[in-house]
Amino acid sequence: MSRYSAFALLRNWLGGNTDWDPVWRSPEPASSYDVIIIGAGGHGLATAYHLAKHYRPGRIAVIDKGWLGGGNTGRNTTIVRSDYFYKESADFYDHSLRLYASLSQELNFNIMYSARGILNLAHSRHEVDFQRRIVNAMQLNGIDAELLGREEVLKFCPVLNGDPNARFPIYGAMRQKRGGTVRHDAVAWGYARAADALGVDILQNTEVTGFRRDISGGVQGVETGKGFIGATKVGIATAGHSSVVAQMAGFRLPVASYGLQAFVSEPVKPVLHTVIGSAVIGSYCSQSDKGGIVCGGGIDPYPSFAQRGSAATMEKVLAGIVQLVPTFSSLRLLRQWAGIVDYTADSSPIIDRSPVPGIYLNVGWGGGGFKAIPAGGEAFAHLIAKDEPHPLTTAFGLQRFRDGALIDEAAAAGIEH
Amino acid sequence: MMRIACPNCGLRDEREFAYGGEAHIDRPELDCDDQAWEEYLFLRANPKGEHAERWVHVHGCGVWFNLIRHTETHEVVAVYVMGVARP
Repeated sequence: MSRYSAFALLRNWLGGNTDWDPVWRSPEPASSYDVIIIGAGGHGLATAYHLAKHYRPGRIAVIDKGWLGGGNTGRNTTIVRSDYFYKESADFYDHSLRLYASLSQELNFNIMYSARGILNLAHSRHEVDFQRRIVNAMQLNGIDAELLGREEVLKFCPVLNGDPNARFPIYGAMRQKRGGTVRHDAVAWGYARAADALGVDILQNTEVTGFRRDISGGVQGVETGKGFIGATKVGIATAGHSSVVAQMAGFRLPVASYGLQAFVSEPVKPVLHTVIGSAVIGSYCSQSDKGGIVCGGGIDPYPSFAQRGSAATMEKVLAGIVQLVPTFSSLRLLRQWAGIVDYTADSSPIIDRSPVPGIYLNVGWGGGGFKAIPAGGEAFAHLIAKDEPHPLTTAFGLQRFRDGALIDEAAAAGIEH
Repeated sequence: MMRIACPNCGLRDEREFAYGGEAHIDRPELDCDDQAWEEYLFLRANPKGEHAERWVHVHGCGVWFNLIRHTETHEVVAVYVMGVARP
């Protein structure tokens, strides 16, 4: 892999841009690997990168039924943050945010991290009190957060509806300045390029159809649309389809799959320089670098594998956005899409060994997997290589559902994640 | 947008209903072991296919009922009253 640099740009410009290296190879599957990761999304690719770079377990493949980054990594609202309540989550997600901040250098690929800040609005006195509690908890966990009063919010973000008689009047907000956005596709492409350079085979259009197990129950490899591929260790990083893959291996997971929608408007000139969200309305939005207003909200209210989304939820989310920023009502939507996310009962992920020896789990991220990619990859690589949990994810095991040691983050972060 | 046939009111818009979780889950005895309790609380079928589930006509007659819905196409395959075995 040749490095991207100003010099490389100049050299290739002089050469008519005809000799750029391919960003990654498209190899044929080998008959076996030491580690196979199922799912070439952010978590799968980041895991392969960390494995290859730090643990060198032998030959590694990432396999995907579609194309790399073509699942939820390529269809989310690109927001990164670490405004969590419990220490387990705070430590993990803040580590992830810090890795994001230096990821462009790490991967030699511009992921366009933009620390534009995230503003969670309060619409009542009670919400102000609740946010004070969250900000206190965040600061005790060593994470930057601050409270803004009504006037500060309106001065900082004048596009917001400042009418005191609005349906959702603004009483204040909590802000995390290091939160912001990251170019989602670039995360997948950057990790893919870096992993490929370290010898990882990325096998696209290779659907896993089953697992082969030995007489003692351990994993021997996976059956795919391109034949059997052997492996002594297999990691599952398939987001909304984790329970479908687990079922092929013969076990159940404590997850339920839901559609999570997002929308983007036609591009307009810069009008919104931060991420705004509201727990009460259940909607949030930001302006992309291309100018579109990217809107998201809560999950659809019933389980689904249709990558389509309910029109009733669309209406609810967008009605909320228009309440927050009335001028957005004149925008036309360019695209709407839904990804399938796997929710656990406590909205915290599962990074653990599975009930089948040799199969490992990186699942249950709900709507919040994107912000967790760098740390999730690091922790999952550690788990697969050493066969024991990474210190930052010991609390995120399967056993917590039996012990009742849940980390109930849905209430703390205040909005879907 | 789905349309669901309420057993009392007939075919109505999805917005009038609320989803109530997977159907036919039996509560274990209170002296069961932790594994049985974990399965009761947290483990769900979550199929990519036909799913038996409970709904309530919350903005209508208020009745709870079961239906079988395909989770990928959202086709409602069957609607049946509570207490009846899955058809």
